[in-house]
Amino acid sequence: MNILKLLITVIFLINFFSSDLKAKNLGTEITKNLRCLICQGQSVYDSDSEFANSLKILVEKKLDDGLSEEQVYDYLKNKYGDWILYDPGFNKNTYFLWLLPILMFVFGGAIILRKVILKKKKL
Amino acid sequence: MKTKIFPIFLIITFSIIFYVFYKGLQNSNIYTPEIKSEIKIPSFEAKEFFSKDNVNSNQIFTGSEYYLLNIWASWCIPCKEEHKYLMDLSKKENIKIIGQNYKDNFVNAKNFLIKLDNPYDLIFSDNDGTIAIEWGAYGVPESFLIKNNQIIKKIIGPLNEKLFSEIKELTQ
Repeated sequence: MNILKLLITVIFLINFFSSDLKAKNLGTEITKNLRCLICQGQSVYDSDSEFANSLKILVEKKLDDGLSEEQVYDYLKNKYGDWILYDPGFNKNTYFLWLLPILMFVFGGAIILRKVILKKKKL
Repeated sequence: MKTKIFPIFLIITFSIIFYVFYKGLQNSNIYTPEIKSEIKIPSFEAKEFFSKDNVNSNQIFTGSEYYLLNIWASWCIPCKEEHKYLMDLSKKENIKIIGQNYKDNFVNAKNFLIKLDNPYDLIFSDNDGTIAIEWGAYGVPESFLIKNNQIIKKIIGPLNEKLFSEIKELTQ
């Protein structure tokens, strides 16, 4: 029985690691990180709107022209604003967004620490 | 004392959160890109609509007059609505209307122009929609008012009475 379990686990793991989790090309990777402006809430990769389909072609074209991933993002950011990226950069509009979790973590940590210290003092 | 601070703090925190979310309810959750004016027009290659000759954007927007770039398609219903305004604008001397035929079938587009008349001084085709992205557009119709290679006004959606008079004022 144990051997069977082990076998199933091994087969499962092999399948898991050999499955193509990574996107096949950079174009797909990029369009997955772009927000569609027509069907908002979908990525350009998932969307089938006219805009998204054109954007897929354009991204491939830009990559053929020798632009890097970063340059394609910059190019689109310039045209449509930060909003088109699912992963917005660190700038003055997103300080709050990026720093809030850290602040909350520090603040929460401080509260817990204080409680622990107080408890120890009481003991 | 300590027991009083905590409830007050809690009430204030929740009031702030409530206020923020309540305000957020009224906000539109559809994003429209910021309209940056005074930006340079993109450069691109395209095919002329009727003759299929290659045209470069540098050859189109050379003059010192105003240009209105209009992205249109025969399958787009709002384009029919704004057509009469384009016809009106085409009668003005100091403004040239350039059409960008977006992802369209040639015969349908031609019939559209025969039926409703042609306000455009020049039309080029954008078969895969990539030129529209160069302009920063994402739908049809969209219009750009251009002067000296600079976009001075961007209009998302069809022209209406208000926008029409605005354009007239700008191009006085």
